[in-house]
Amino acid sequence: MTGQRTVTFNHNPLLEKGLPTWRPRLVLFALLAGSLTLIGRAVYLQGFNHEFLQAKGESRYSRVIPVPATRGRITDRNGEILAVSTPVSSIWAIPSDARLAPADMRQLAVLLELDVDELSRRLATERDFVYLRRQLAPDVAERIAALRLPGIHQHQEYRRYYPGGEVTAHVLGFTGVDDRGQEGIELAFDAQLKGRPGSRRVIRDRRGHIIEDVESIRPPRDGEDLALAMDAKIQFLAYSALRQAMHTHAAKAGAALVLDVRTGEVLALVNAPTFNPNNRSNLSGAQLRNRVFTDVFEPGSTMKPFIGALALESGKVQPQTVIETDPGRMTIGRATISDVRRHGALTVAQVIQKSSNVGTVKMAQQFTPDEMWRMFDTLGFGAPLELGFPGEAGGRLRPARSWRPIEQATMSYGHGISTTLVQMARAYLAFARDGELLPLSLTRVEAAPTEAQQVFSSATAREMRHMLELAAGPGGTAPKAQVAGYRVAGKTGTAHKLEGGRYTNKYVSSFVGFAPVSNPRLIVAVMIDEPSAGQHYGGAVAAPVFARITEGALRALGVAPDAPLAPLHLAGKGDRPAVPKGDM
Amino acid sequence: MIRIDAVLLSLVVGSALGVVASQHQARKLFTELEREQSRAHELEVEWGQLQLEQSTWAALARVEGVARERLGLQEPLPGRIVVVKGAQ
Repeated sequence: MTGQRTVTFNHNPLLEKGLPTWRPRLVLFALLAGSLTLIGRAVYLQGFNHEFLQAKGESRYSRVIPVPATRGRITDRNGEILAVSTPVSSIWAIPSDARLAPADMRQLAVLLELDVDELSRRLATERDFVYLRRQLAPDVAERIAALRLPGIHQHQEYRRYYPGGEVTAHVLGFTGVDDRGQEGIELAFDAQLKGRPGSRRVIRDRRGHIIEDVESIRPPRDGEDLALAMDAKIQFLAYSALRQAMHTHAAKAGAALVLDVRTGEVLALVNAPTFNPNNRSNLSGAQLRNRVFTDVFEPGSTMKPFIGALALESGKVQPQTVIETDPGRMTIGRATISDVRRHGALTVAQVIQKSSNVGTVKMAQQFTPDEMWRMFDTLGFGAPLELGFPGEAGGRLRPARSWRPIEQATMSYGHGISTTLVQMARAYLAFARDGELLPLSLTRVEAAPTEAQQVFSSATAREMRHMLELAAGPGGTAPKAQVAGYRVAGKTGTAHKLEGGRYTNKYVSSFVGFAPVSNPRLIVAVMIDEPSAGQHYGGAVAAPVFARITEGALRALGVAPDAPLAPLHLAGKGDRPAVPKGDM
Repeated sequence: MIRIDAVLLSLVVGSALGVVASQHQARKLFTELEREQSRAHELEVEWGQLQLEQSTWAALARVEGVARERLGLQEPLPGRIVVVKGAQ
């Protein structure tokens, strides 16, 4: 061993040199520190930071994608579809990815129904995301997908279709491009109709194709279907009758409303001019207005029966009490109230039948403003009915203490007070229903509401029904309201329009009535704004619309006729029965 | 000692494999469920489209037009309507 210069594995001469003791320690320490660092790092990554890292990792392949929910359908009371959502596709692009060959560009432009220039302009934008076309039919979208163009993507949306088109436009309203209600029922019942989109987690590959579904995070919940009170047949009848009247009388606007007397349901509600909810470009405000709810107008003579009822109810007059209306005009303060023609001495029933202003004012003068105000208020004038319809107007009913005598007088025949058509129609429920008012409903109700409000006694209501039947009869103001086979009752209204605080020579003609008188089933209210083809009296303009709607609606509902058909048998070849000619 | 270790180890491995298998099974079933659900949804959509089509064809305005113009129908005159008593 000594002196031998052999090098063996465990006799390295270098080792014999005797290293300084710090060197192995340093190496050992360095190694230890190194491995501690690594362990520390590993613990940090796996223990403390692992959620973040795992999320990062997952985001490379796993995605949460939304699952759209369908908006509920709207149907009429018999289940006819009025509005339904169906999927469509929206085409969008990531402009930086979309480098298209000119041929592809042309093909895409044709499918999108866009100009090639317009398309390239949209794709030239700096943004990361641009819609090329929204709400495209599914078959076109499939053809675009088949082109497999880079940077062009699509996603599913829903579009609302209204098969009824113009007929139901004002009741239903419409939804926006985001499938949320913007007008009408769509807005009023948005919470019920709208679905709640769900979401699910999927695994996607590099190109974004879904490879595997992992889990459902939240299932989508489709919107609830909604059954309206509307009857599609009656709605269509009302629509065509109103449209015809608009045309015949060259009117500016019009509205009609049909109520079910037994339940307070709104069976039909139409407006003119109307619009097509399936194609809403070039819409004007006048077309969109739902006049039944949002337009207030001075009702005119349709108000008179309420004064008559108030007078009967208080016992101040009997139906046969005679009121002197000669000479057909009377002076209150500096103003003069006049009738269309001299009627002489009239009974209360005749005042309503002939629609005498003077007679009505004389009845109204027996009451204090407060008593009259209270009746108007109970009937629901001056405050919105709160049906939940957007933009519902309340009308104008000033507090009684500010009424001057002339105002109290004019209010009795429907001037100086303004209401909406729906308020007027509802107030007539009190006559049609033995003195009771019901809350109205736009949606189908299963049982008649119980919270009826007694406004007049049933005896008064019966008397008024009789008087209103006279008003719609041969000697009344609206013989044209008559319907073959049914007894009808109702009152005309012809009011000068207020413009800028002055009465003009433009008119609002209206008719509110019910049928059949023996057991009222329907209330039909019609309003024609600015008839300008010569005639403007409610009896000539609005009453025929009432007759057409009532006749068809009663037949559609299968209501048994309560009047003999025979006298109207000689109706000739026209489809309207011949009725005695009235002069109003 | 070693025996217990071996038993525990095999149990752990077995359970791990079980987890993998059941996870796989769950995913397979989930995919199937998804497929059926999307089929149900597609059918729902198709039903909606068919309803839409039906109500477009059955629109009263169209029916009236066809009845009056193509078939030459007209409303019966009031005197030609027979009311059957007791129908209501």
